[in-house]
Amino acid sequence: MPAHDVLIIGAGLAGQRAALAAADAGATVAIMSKVHPVRSHSVAAAGGINAAINPADDWRSHAFDTVKGSDYLGDQDAIEVMTSEAPGEIMYLEHIGVTFHRNETGHLDLRAFGGASMKRTAYVADITGQAILHVLYEQLMKYSDRVDRYEEWFNTSLLRGDNGRCEGVVARNIRTGEMQTFTAKTTILATGGVGQAFKPTTNGLICTGDGMSLAYRSGARLMDMEMIQYHPTTMTANGFLITEGARGEGAHLRNANGERFMVESAPNKMELASRDVVSRAEQKEINEGRGTGPLKDSVLLDVTVVPKNRVLEALREIVNLGRDFAGIDITKEPIPVRPGQHYTMGGVKTDVDGETDIPGLYAAGEVACVSVHGGNRLGANSLLDTLIFGRRSGEHAAKVAASMAMPKVSDAQLRDDAKQIAAIIDRPRTGRRVSEIKEELGESMNKYCAVFRDEEGMTKGAEVVNRLQEEAKTAYIDDKGTVFNQDVLGALELGFMLDCSEAIVKAALERKESRGAHSRTDFTERNDEDWLFHLTVERDGDGAAKLGQAPVTITQWQPMERTY
Amino acid sequence: MSTIENTDATEAKPEGLQEFTLRLRRYDPESGQAPYFEEFQIELEPHRSVLDGILQAKAKEDGSIGVRCSCRAAICGSCGTRINDKPGLACHTHLDEALKRSKDGKITIEPLGNMPVIKDLIVDMDAVHWKKQARVTPWLLPKEPLPEREHIVPRESMVDVTQSMACIQCGACVSDCLSMEIDPLFVGPAALAKAYRFVGDPRDSRHAERLSNLAEDPHGIYACTHCFKCIEACPKGVAPMSQIMRLRRIASQDHHINDRNNGERHEMAIVNSVKKYGTLNEAKMVPDSYGGPLAPAAAKELVASLPVITKALLRRKVTPKTALFHHKNPDQAQIKRIYQEVQGREQRLELNLYITQPDEDPAELAAHEAHVAEAAAHDAAEQAERAATNQTEAGA
Ligand SMILES: Cc1cc2nc3c(=O)[nH]c(=O)nc-3n(C[C@H](O)[C@H](O)[C@H](O)COP(=O)(O)OP(=O)(O)OC[C@H]3O[C@@H](n4cnc5c(N)ncnc54)[C@H](O)[C@@H]3O)c2cc1C
Ligand code: SF4
Ligand code: SF4
Ligand code: FES
Repeated sequence: MPAHDVLIIGAGLAGQRAALAAADAGATVAIMSKVHPVRSHSVAAAGGINAAINPADDWRSHAFDTVKGSDYLGDQDAIEVMTSEAPGEIMYLEHIGVTFHRNETGHLDLRAFGGASMKRTAYVADITGQAILHVLYEQLMKYSDRVDRYEEWFNTSLLRGDNGRCEGVVARNIRTGEMQTFTAKTTILATGGVGQAFKPTTNGLICTGDGMSLAYRSGARLMDMEMIQYHPTTMTANGFLITEGARGEGAHLRNANGERFMVESAPNKMELASRDVVSRAEQKEINEGRGTGPLKDSVLLDVTVVPKNRVLEALREIVNLGRDFAGIDITKEPIPVRPGQHYTMGGVKTDVDGETDIPGLYAAGEVACVSVHGGNRLGANSLLDTLIFGRRSGEHAAKVAASMAMPKVSDAQLRDDAKQIAAIIDRPRTGRRVSEIKEELGESMNKYCAVFRDEEGMTKGAEVVNRLQEEAKTAYIDDKGTVFNQDVLGALELGFMLDCSEAIVKAALERKESRGAHSRTDFTERNDEDWLFHLTVERDGDGAAKLGQAPVTITQWQPMERTY
Repeated sequence: MSTIENTDATEAKPEGLQEFTLRLRRYDPESGQAPYFEEFQIELEPHRSVLDGILQAKAKEDGSIGVRCSCRAAICGSCGTRINDKPGLACHTHLDEALKRSKDGKITIEPLGNMPVIKDLIVDMDAVHWKKQARVTPWLLPKEPLPEREHIVPRESMVDVTQSMACIQCGACVSDCLSMEIDPLFVGPAALAKAYRFVGDPRDSRHAERLSNLAEDPHGIYACTHCFKCIEACPKGVAPMSQIMRLRRIASQDHHINDRNNGERHEMAIVNSVKKYGTLNEAKMVPDSYGGPLAPAAAKELVASLPVITKALLRRKVTPKTALFHHKNPDQAQIKRIYQEVQGREQRLELNLYITQPDEDPAELAAHEAHVAEAAAHDAAEQAERAATNQTEAGA
């Protein structure tokens, strides 16, 4: 049975950063991922990463922008940690080899991003996530003797000892179907978000909320789950993301009449207001009939106003996306876009060292909710979040593990999980197909829990989720094999997504105000008096979602009206 | 009150659906059966990807189809496959394009080549691709001590290595690499592109060691046969072969590495052959690379490379006729001029995907500028109008 000081589930930016930090602190480390690490969804991050590295900038300004972006739901102590440690983290990345683009003097170049009061986004063309992820993986290869890699292993359960601590996990080797118990003094979840509960989404097929659900099932609280980010520029043709970097480089948004409609809701920042603000403005144009396209369901993103050489150098990827996936040359014509599901602000509740409610269990990255994003995440703050809190979790977990004995665990959970998997494989073909349920879930969540929400719609959404949870119990699959049985993993992932969706809808129904990404047409105003706290969700004895509250930490910035 | 329904195109019935037949190569290692082909009918818009087609078959008909995928947007590198005999990404190949390349009206999808198959379209990348990556010491070895802040490096240098950094490790180039087919130990296109990522990076302190290591290795930079397959295959424009050629140029011209594989002299032999004849004189390549036909090393090498030469003959890369009677290119004067121009430069000019020359034709540029001006005028007019309205309101 493999045993390690620190076991990390997930090998995106958060997981890999945690692994390197824990190894540097002297711990024995294992990192596990259901896909090869470089396939993790962090690879898709395009635009960049924020840090106040310009001498004229100050991390307090970055912190304030983040607090304001969060619509005052972010915890300011955590935001201070993230923004003040950001410059050091960028230098670490630069030193291990990230090929950040430079300015004419050879220093790091910075681009403008939404909701930021100055240029503070470091970038590698528009493949920033890929560049950082691949460089971290270069380091993991370098650390081969100190970090064990379990690539293409799927985590099915967390283990809790009699003392309540998390003592490791059970996982399935995807290539062989073999089940294995992993013992660990500390376990870090870095499994990413739950975008696949929505359709369409900018998230990859692997973003199914596994870690959120696993922690929730083990008794940890989720937080801010109602806060779902819709990104303002996803391609209407296929839901793919056009990075905010495009607007950072100067691209405009226009409605069917050719008007730059952002002037109404954000006369100063225009296209570079916070994402929730821009997405609402777009949805308003569309809902009021000023959308473009055959279905009038889009607005136009005009990149042609950016100099062509600059586009080819810094926005290469979206030129390709336009050409290859929508048949549009974005350097010559505007591209139809609309808001699309993009990010889960909520997640497993943690403190600034990544510790969750369960002793020995940490969470970092999109799976976690520290909460630095509160009601709305600023562009290019997520990569930063994964790295800062990934590193802090790794360091803290290693330190705790250093003074602990290796727990003794049994294979009892492994036997349960193996039985459950066998049962799914054996189900008769009488229920619905797993793929069908997933499809209905995605479409319903995108209908009822999107940019604008109201009581009636969300109630319907909650009913659909409940019904699908029942149907999932008898849903069947085709693959009876053990080698690369992706079908059975799909059934498990459906269960994870349903848990998360239940938490999302319940929390969204509960919050009777409009804040950040949670915008209700029946409660249109932010209401600090009654709602300036986090909503938490935990599992009660009967397996249903139970709501609770947690205070918002305010250090130096009192809530104010939010204008851009 | 009415339910909020955020307008959504998925509601509407998509127009222009078309039927496609996918011919999937199936392999189930547990069945004891040999691989076989199975056909699936799918219905999608023609501009949708082959991956979307496979996923539809998987969702509706047979969940046991094995295919790696995640991003659907050509960035995670999971879905490398061979489509109608060409390696590439399933998510990056349109159904209609794939159909155009088909001989029998069906889209044939197979696992990547040069790697063992695990199940259906899933290959063992660890056994080949990742092993080769590990071969090139794929991490930065920076100069010590590290600067307090970032390294100060020329702006162009980082843009330049971005081309090899853009590699998503999909393995498409590995699939059809000719050299690797003949020599499984060849380091290969993707790993050598990765090597360039460090050799081209001014922060790395071991350029010379990296280069001589790859030049001395009989399966290293000089083992590539210039077949262009990797350039054609690469969905990200990494152009591995070009990176390999750059490694060679830097090894021979900048570091003067005279490797024991004679790669450097072979390269010069090519350069000289083209200078003299306008094309490659393949028959003279081996003797010239080894110091002329009379050098003892040349005879030995000639015998040793007989299998390769035979293979080349069989593949009709060299016909006996062209090998024996080499003709001069008619316009030799022009070639001379090219040589004078290139060799006369003080610095080699290396272009890549991200570094572009101002290539616009003047008409296009003018049109672009007119467009930008028009947009600005439009906005200015709008703003003026608004200001006027505001004033009227304020006055009222
Ligand atoms: C298209 C796109 C563009 C973006 N652009 C930006 C940007 O420019 N700037 C920015 O700051 N943010 C951006 N983001 C957001 C940011 O990329 C993500 O929030 C962040 O990368 C998440 O990283 P992570 O490490 O938490 O998780 P991920 O990178 O999603 O990794 C999750 C890992 O967990 C593993 N895993 C999951 N479940 C299991 C399981 N059951 N068993 C084993 N392993 C498991 C996966 O295999 C994977 O390795 C973008 C997001 C998208 C979708
Ligand atoms: S050009 Fe060289 S590296 Fe590329 S496929 Fe051909 S032999 Fe392989
Ligand atoms: S070089 Fe191109 S084809 Fe080869 S692995 Fe990288 S991205 Fe794929
Ligand atoms: S699915 Fe990611 S590259 Fe094709």
